[in-house]
Amino acid sequence: MNLIGNSIVYCVIAVAIIVFSVLSVTSRKILRAATYLLFTLFATAALYFQLGYEFLGAVQLAVYAGGILVLFVFSILLTTKPGDNAERLVSKKRKLGLTAAVAGVAVCGYALVSFFAENAASLSSAMIDVDMERIGQALMGTEKFEYLLPFEAISVLLLACIIGGVTVARKR
Amino acid sequence: MELTVLYYLIPSLIMFGCGVYGFITRKNLIAILISLELMLNSVDINFVVFNRFLFPGQMEGMFFTLFAIAIAAAETALAIAIIINIFRVVKNVDVENLTKMKY
Repeated sequence: MNLIGNSIVYCVIAVAIIVFSVLSVTSRKILRAATYLLFTLFATAALYFQLGYEFLGAVQLAVYAGGILVLFVFSILLTTKPGDNAERLVSKKRKLGLTAAVAGVAVCGYALVSFFAENAASLSSAMIDVDMERIGQALMGTEKFEYLLPFEAISVLLLACIIGGVTVARKR
Repeated sequence: MELTVLYYLIPSLIMFGCGVYGFITRKNLIAILISLELMLNSVDINFVVFNRFLFPGQMEGMFFTLFAIAIAAAETALAIAIIINIFRVVKNVDVENLTKMKY
């Protein structure tokens, strides 16, 4: 019973990811493309929740869906008139893009399927629970497999990014 | 239906393909950035899936994704600052109009 429910949830998420990511690169209105990207990010967060990474799903929702998408919408409204269509693609360019994407997907898909056909790793129930205490310990520790230094480096990077953003985008 | 690792890698692969297609065909800088975001996101999914299926006792893939999300946020903010600056100078954000490095 649980297995069937899991499969149904998985199917919904997978279809949402595929459909919305295709729509977000083919839609000709840019604001719609951003909205479809938002749905793709939601589906990704749902995938993280389904795999048991609650904290990661929450971070994905807060940072991507809450932060980055707002930035996108801001900049779209600043730089284009809403309702403008992108001009039609030149067929040469579209062919090039389709060839690159389909060839890449085909090669990687063939490699994946042929490799995982014989040694498929299925979901093991032996997973240690990823609770908040373990995440906090690992994020704040200095031992092996603990991440205080990258955490601090990220904070410096974000500070540099704030200063850089203000300097680049301010009025002269 | 038993969900193996393959079932999770295929949607992520298709997402990456969409990102590649959009990156090549789009002309608007913001649309290119959206395609880039799709590619980054699919790589994040791969990290998490490999962590969950192949090394279920550890958390390295999860932390890598966590830091990748933070770096993606920083990168997007900076890229959008640059795009707004370009718009102020050129009045347009299409890549084909950006032929000069300096104004």
